[in-house]
Parts: sequence; C-alpha cells; structure tokens
Amino acid sequence: MAGLSRSDVEHVAHLARLGVTPAELDRLQGQLNHILEQYAKLAELDTAAIPPTAQTIELENILRDDIATPSLPRDAVLSNAPVRQGDFIVVPPILGGDAG
Amino acid sequence: MTSDLTRLLAREMAALVRAGETSSRALTEAHLAVAERQNLALNAWLMIDREGALSQADAADAILGEARRAGGAALEALHPLLGIPVGLKDLISVEGGQCTAGSRILAGYRAPYDAHIVERLRRVGAVLLGKTNMDEFAMGSSNEYSAYGPVSNPWDLDTVPGGSSGGSAAAVAAHHVPLALGTDTGGSIRQPAALCGIVGMKPTYGRVSRYGIVAFASSLDQIGPFARDARAAAALLHAIAGRDARDSTSAPVPVPDELLHLPESDDEAVAWLRGRRFGLPREYFVAGMDPDVERRIHESVAFLVDAGAHVEDVSLPHTDYGLAAYYIVAPAEASANLARYDGVRYGHSRRLEGGDFIADYLATRGEGFGAEVKRRIMLGTYALSAGYYDAFYLKAQKVRTLIKRDFDEIFASGIDALVAPTSPSVAFRFGEKTADPVAMYLADACTLPVNMAGLPGVSIPCGLSEGLPVGLQLIGSAWSELLLFRAARAFEGLTAGAAWRGLEPAALTKADHASGLTPAERAAALAAAR
Repeated sequence: MAGLSRSDVEHVAHLARLGVTPAELDRLQGQLNHILEQYAKLAELDTAAIPPTAQTIELENILRDDIATPSLPRDAVLSNAPVRQGDFIVVPPILGGDAG
Repeated sequence: MTSDLTRLLAREMAALVRAGETSSRALTEAHLAVAERQNLALNAWLMIDREGALSQADAADAILGEARRAGGAALEALHPLLGIPVGLKDLISVEGGQCTAGSRILAGYRAPYDAHIVERLRRVGAVLLGKTNMDEFAMGSSNEYSAYGPVSNPWDLDTVPGGSSGGSAAAVAAHHVPLALGTDTGGSIRQPAALCGIVGMKPTYGRVSRYGIVAFASSLDQIGPFARDARAAAALLHAIAGRDARDSTSAPVPVPDELLHLPESDDEAVAWLRGRRFGLPREYFVAGMDPDVERRIHESVAFLVDAGAHVEDVSLPHTDYGLAAYYIVAPAEASANLARYDGVRYGHSRRLEGGDFIADYLATRGEGFGAEVKRRIMLGTYALSAGYYDAFYLKAQKVRTLIKRDFDEIFASGIDALVAPTSPSVAFRFGEKTADPVAMYLADACTLPVNMAGLPGVSIPCGLSEGLPVGLQLIGSAWSELLLFRAARAFEGLTAGAAWRGLEPAALTKADHASGLTPAERAAALAAAR
C-alpha cells in the first residue's frame, strides 16, 4: 500500500477541516502511515463474495407514532451558541463578501 | 459490619437505607467525602455535584421514609438503586450540567436535556454524584488522552486505570461510588474494569438507548455498568436497559427481571455452572500477552471445570483481522460524528478576522481537538475519501461480517459463552504506550471484536498479577446479558474464599494524602525519568 506523502496528509486535514501545525503534520504523517501498514493485513482475505455489515442487530423499519411533542426550550438550546442575537445563532458568512 | 459505608456492596447499602439504619444522605455524604479527598491523587472526577447529589439523597430519603411507614409491600416495591450513589462518564447528558466528553471543544457546554439513561436513573431514585474523567471522545485505552489530565489507577498511582472510561472504573474501585456508567466502543468499559479489578459490562448493541450520549462510533457505541460485584452491575443494567423511541437502534427486546434476582447464595450460583458449555478461543491468547495474565485465565478456566462446566477449545479464525477492520470502521464513523463540532452552534469557537468561514473551522477544530482525536478524524476522513472507500471502509465492513459469522457459528454450536482475557496485560505505566498509537490500539485486541459483532461481554476480576488486577472476559450471544451475569456471579461464588477477593486497591492510603502528586505530575516524573 502506498504511503501518505506530507501533502496527502495536508489535503486530508483540509478535508476534515482540521487546522494542524507543521510539527503536527510531520508527526501525523509518520503515525498515519504506521497505522495504514496495519490495514494491509485485510488484503489477505478474499471478501469478493462477502456482504458488508453496517449494523449488527436486525431491526428494520423502526417507525414512531406521528404525534407532535414539544421541542427543547429555545433558551436552553440557544444558550450554548457562541454568538447569539435574540432567538438566532449568528453564523459566519458562507457566500463571501462579493456574493453576499 | 464495617462502619465505613463506602466499603459496603450496593445491595448492602440498599438494605441499610430500607431498614432505616442509615439514610441516603449519610451514604451520599460518606461517598462525597472520599471522592473529594482523593480526587487530587486520582483525578477520576471532572465534576463532583455535592449539592445536587445531597438534594437527590434527601428526595430518596423521603420516599424511603414513606415506604417504611406504609410497610412491607411498599418497601419491597422500591428499586434497589433508590438512594444509591452512581457516577456518570462525562459524555452522558445531564440537563443543565457539563458534558465535556473529555475534550476542550466542549468546555463550557451545558447539556440542554437529560440522556435517556439519566431519566431512568432519576426514575428509580439513584443519586448522581458527578461526572467522571475519560479519554477525549472515548478514544483511548488509558485515559491519558483526556484534555483534563490523566487518571491514576487505585492499585498503583503510577499506572493507568485503562480507558476510555478510566474515571468511572477508578471511582468504583476506590469506593467513591458503588456504581458507575461508562460507554464501550472497542473495550472502553471492559478494559478499565479489568485494569481496576472490578466488574464492567458492555451490553448487546441496542440494549441501552444512546439518546443523550456524545457519539463516537454509532454502530459500535454501547452504554454499560461498572460495579464491584455482579449483582450490582446487573441491577444497574436493569435500570437503564430497554427500548427508547428516541434511539431508533434501541431494540424492542424484553429486559429480564431476573437481573435483579441473581442468586444470593454462592452454592446456588455455582451449581448453575454444571453442564454449561464454555468456549476458549485460542486466538485471544495473543502474541505478546503477559504470561502471568494468561496463567490467571487458565486457572479461572480450571475453576469452571472443577464446578462441572465443560470448557472446549474453539477458534474464531478472523480475530486477527479485527484490529485493522475496527480501526477503519470506528474512525470512519467518528470522522462523520465529529463533523458537528463546527464552532457555530455550540462548543469551542474561533472566529477570525477576515470572515473566511473555512479558516474559522480549521482554527476551531485545530484548537479544540487533541492529538488522538485528530488522528482518528484523519484516518476516518482518509478511509472515506474518494477513491479509497472500497479499499478501506467497504473492505472493513466485509471483514466485520466474517468476524460476526465466527461468533454466530460458535454460539449456534451450543456454546453458552466464551471465556477469554479482557486485556493482554495488567495496568501499564503512564507514558508506556502514548508514543506509538498502534501499541495503544493493541490494548483492545481482545475486546474490540465483540463490538464489531454487536455482542455482550463482561469483564470480572479473576486475581492479581504482581499486585495488579487481571480481568476475565465472558462473551455471549446477542441479548444474553442475564446468562453472562449468572456466569459472573457463579465465578464470584467459586472464588469467594480467594485471598485476592478481600484486598483493597493497594494505593488507596496513598491517595488519601492531600499533599500527594496529581496523576499529571506522576506522568511527568515518569516521562522525565525515561
């Protein structure tokens, strides 16, 4: 299995929205490659005809009664918001200055 | 009977408060005093709720008083957990309280509602003593990955209590509480129970509702009990188990009331073993396993055989693939679950000048998550990323099928339960495994296949190795928790006279000294000496 280069690690960190320092990047590259080496063991198994398991207990179509129940109190939920304005959570602009 | 209430078993405490010989308040005060006195040395608690616990104790005393006045039947109807202190791992939501999951990213967060299991505990009148330390987001096997410092093992303050539910296990072992709850995704209840010398069970996936629990890997996470004996652990499971409409994976499977009525007499408990069939899976005696741990397991097996059980060598041929498959599935699910920590709705938040929201995410998550959590998010993101999904995630899910089939075939052949080590070693020293993530992952080699298959497993103490506890793991088929507890109770009966049964954790006297070192200071001293 090909190893992860430093720029691969940087790319994955960006996909995961994780800010990492250059020192962290170096450490992660070594550690992740060491862990990925362990994954190679799985290639020993021929799994072409094996179905995947995502869920171990066989429950299907769990439905609930369609009854309206009260939601959590607005203040209790909003009190955790880092930036709040009245009954709203202030979010960072995602469309950029020009489009906004 | 000893005058120290914290030395009693949970059912003895329950009997005393019912009889009115002591009160829940006195019981709670006694436990608070030990927990507060020893938390400097152990760091098992991230929060001790003295005020809340005492007011719950008073409420329990009022119910107890009324039942005593009403007499016999009313007393009989009381739940055995009424008025008994319980510790909660700090990823369980308690309305209005902290819920850090051991992470900086949830510092200051207040849970807006009670978890299902907290509602259940309130309903039976248990006393919630506080929130216990843990590896960040339950990722770790030593509690050294907590953002709030490591926890010392009550048997040797220079060693880890295991993880990720290390605070819960240490608190129960040190008599700060008779009972605690943890979560187990790859061994996070059973392994610390083994390393601290107590009972810890991971129930069948779906047995306990996960509503209100901070998610790590949703197809693997289960909540379960810690206690110092099988009957107390079974009673706590009984209190929290069962269907909850708010967790669609919680199963509509009846919870047996016999969990509350495990045999009182050792002889009766042991007699149950006659004719039972246990399997000894050879793959669980892994390379690099501590030979003395292996000896304790074989001695335990000999006890079972002497009591009339059949123990057969069995094989679970895909065990060795469990670690690799688990470390794809669990990080993949974690990377998705932890995407919610964006610094917008709750939790740690960094808003930089310039209004670049991606930069805000990077800063928020870069500052908020610790090294192990970052590693797992990275692994999961990589395994799920374009071009790698089939090679990693799909492959791991297929191997998961093979692991599950191994277990299914064994139980279909008439084996009642598997007997195996819980951990390949006893408690290890601070810093021994933190330099190499794979070394830490191997600590769960004997427990994580059970999560992959969704099965129940319990770790029970089975002796000591060089003064540190060894755990025996019993693994059953789905929904067989009662059988596992009967087996655990039988093993207690078999070993009731063993010298190690009467021993207290060796470092408790040392933990009493308020002038002692904190676990973080001990870890630093060991690192400096290395």
